[in-house]
Amino acid sequence: MHDLIQYVQSYLDPNVKVTPGAAGNMFWAFVYIMLVFLGLSVAVIAMNWLERKILAHMQVRLGPMRVGPHGLLQPIADALKLLLKEDLIPAGADSFVFWFAPFIVVLAAFCVFVVVPFGPQHAITDMNIGILFMLGVSSLSVLGVVMAGWASNSHYPLIGALRSSAQMVSYEIAMGLAVISAILMTSLNATGTGTLSMIGIVEAQKAQGEWFIFKFFPLGLIAFFIFAVAMVAETNRAPFDLAEAESELTAGFHTEYSGFRWSLFFLGEYTAMIAVSSIAVTLWLGGWLRPFPNLLNSPTWDTLFSYVPGATFLFLAAICFYNVARMPKHPYFRIQTMGLGAFGAALALIGLILFIPVVSVRVQDIFWFTAKVAGFQYLYIWYRGTFPRYRFDQLMHLGWKVLLPLGLGVLILTAGVGLLQIKS
Amino acid sequence: MPDPTSLSPLDLDTPDKTFLDANELIINMGPQHPATHGVLRVILRLDGEKVLGLECVIGYLHRGVEKIGENRTYAMFNPYVDRMDYVAAVSNGLGYCEAVEKLLAIEAPPRAQHVRVILTELNRLTSHQLWLGTHALDIGAITPLFYTFRDREEILKIFEKYCGARLTTHAFRIGGLQYETYSGFEREVKNFLAFFRPKIDEYEELLTTNRIWLERTRGIGKISAEDCIALGVTGPVLRASGVKWDLRKAQPYANYKNFDFEIPIGENGDTYDRYIVRMAEMRQSVRIIEQAVDALPEGPIMAKVPKVIKPPVGEVYHSIEAPKGELGYFIVSDGSTQPYRVRVRPPSFVNLQALDTMCRGQLVADVIAVIGTLDIVLGEVDR
Repeated sequence: MHDLIQYVQSYLDPNVKVTPGAAGNMFWAFVYIMLVFLGLSVAVIAMNWLERKILAHMQVRLGPMRVGPHGLLQPIADALKLLLKEDLIPAGADSFVFWFAPFIVVLAAFCVFVVVPFGPQHAITDMNIGILFMLGVSSLSVLGVVMAGWASNSHYPLIGALRSSAQMVSYEIAMGLAVISAILMTSLNATGTGTLSMIGIVEAQKAQGEWFIFKFFPLGLIAFFIFAVAMVAETNRAPFDLAEAESELTAGFHTEYSGFRWSLFFLGEYTAMIAVSSIAVTLWLGGWLRPFPNLLNSPTWDTLFSYVPGATFLFLAAICFYNVARMPKHPYFRIQTMGLGAFGAALALIGLILFIPVVSVRVQDIFWFTAKVAGFQYLYIWYRGTFPRYRFDQLMHLGWKVLLPLGLGVLILTAGVGLLQIKS
Repeated sequence: MPDPTSLSPLDLDTPDKTFLDANELIINMGPQHPATHGVLRVILRLDGEKVLGLECVIGYLHRGVEKIGENRTYAMFNPYVDRMDYVAAVSNGLGYCEAVEKLLAIEAPPRAQHVRVILTELNRLTSHQLWLGTHALDIGAITPLFYTFRDREEILKIFEKYCGARLTTHAFRIGGLQYETYSGFEREVKNFLAFFRPKIDEYEELLTTNRIWLERTRGIGKISAEDCIALGVTGPVLRASGVKWDLRKAQPYANYKNFDFEIPIGENGDTYDRYIVRMAEMRQSVRIIEQAVDALPEGPIMAKVPKVIKPPVGEVYHSIEAPKGELGYFIVSDGSTQPYRVRVRPPSFVNLQALDTMCRGQLVADVIAVIGTLDIVLGEVDR
């Protein structure tokens, strides 16, 4: 009991500068794991709603409008429906592998977040091989996809699974090369030693005074671009959604899945999207750093930037209130209007809490990180609304013949330019 | 070992191994499949993802339209033809009405012919819009579908105002039109054309120069002009292979000889050319409608047709250029009030023959693209 109190106190101390995992603090590590799990689940629900709404608005339609105000409760209704559905296992399927496959996908996607740094001390742990761990674990999800496709004992899932594994092989390498070129950049300091730690990578960007995307322009940008393409392929999203390719393979590797197991694939896919976006943000976009941490570093700017999180939430709340005013005045809509108002009020309350200096100092790094990741999520949705699907062989062509040489070139050039800089 | 490409997909003499260790995979695509445009069933013989051959199984939407024709009077059969190619019902009606008129040796008055041209060309636009949306959807671009449906709605509104129906319009009658145009018809059609012109550019903006779209359509589903002619393929598919054959010019019917328009043709006969040809055809249709509305004459809308249609003994074949190709009606009359035999030559049915030729040696994903580019309607294939 005494230990527990000590654990709790140890983190509330504002001078703590390490992550709970690195400090060996089991209690706070557990709390963090729970928070990340909860946060991700909420993020997936939000992504589901946002994707449907944003895509709908791009396609001149409204998207979900019936369940809750502006369809806000639609993802929850869908989740409930999926949970209540019958859990089918086809007669010819290998039932254990079939049963196990979705868990691998979800597990791989969630495990990545063990090392994702939401802030200098807001991470479950700071592993000294963080980025390696991340790439390794996130690639495991293809195992689940292949297992699902094989265990279904059906043609379409099998083709989907084979496509998925081939896709993974052709993209992991280019992705790895891009990552290495970013890691090389971390070694440009007085000691000349780089780091694989996720927190270390962000600290290096802070110390060098620029995000790696702008480093050695345009080398950093090209490496980032390679990663940005490869990560869409890695997560099987449009225009690389060959493994599920609705119009060709009905639903690809999860054709035979239904209900809860299907929703696990869904959860895994969206979590993986957030996970790879987190890698990109950490490596090239300065992780939790706010914009211009070195250029505009006076206390005035610090205070101004610390207001941004609260202001964002107040802005969202204002949009809600504006839409409350626009709601039809018919009694039929009364509950919806009240719901939207309550949602706006909740957002406004969060916004106000974020204005409290103690809170805003503690969480604004999380806000900046989340905002950058959210930008990537928007890109994912935008791609889906814009691009046709690549064909299987064209995708391999792109991976092996375009991205791989490009990645190699960028890696060599980065090393060369970096060496010159150290020498001078 | 025989050449695998020469085998029929249904030729199951080769040992049917379990699918994991077999080099060849037989896949049943459809009749329930998101991309076979209804209830087409395609049996694919695959080597990995490569298509060694395929066979279409049709008939899931067979309703015996031709047989029904033998048991209905000439006028009563008219609405049935709308149900064949249900996305281009107006064209079906035009073909049937003109065939019976030919049999009766009468001609619709000029005003009726003009209105027929306007509606038929509007219908060509709706058909091509539906093709574009679904074709792009099959290739993975989900957004054009909603754009085309948004604009198609405007045409359907004009149909609805004219004859009360949106899809199965039954707009024409033997000998002319049943309804006079509603007041403001010309203005609304003109407004629509002004609205629609920039929309074609909007569709093209999303696709024509899109890298992925080019890679997915260039050189895919190639078919030569000789193959097209040998297989009886007509319509945009034939024209994309470089044959300038359009029945509106070759054997002018209705009023088409009075209008100025071009026949867009392609060179390579691949999916991209077919896309370009259809996009250009939409522009030409807009041109034709514009001329027809400007020159819309006054006068009667119905020729002198006897109350009971009893054509003289004889037979007639009349074909028109439907959005999908040559739509022909062969009608045999025995002098009674009902046709002795009605035979329809539907463009989709004939064009579907080319699927195997176009898909051999390509990948599974291309089969989807080729089915989309053939622009088949299963209601018409199966009748």
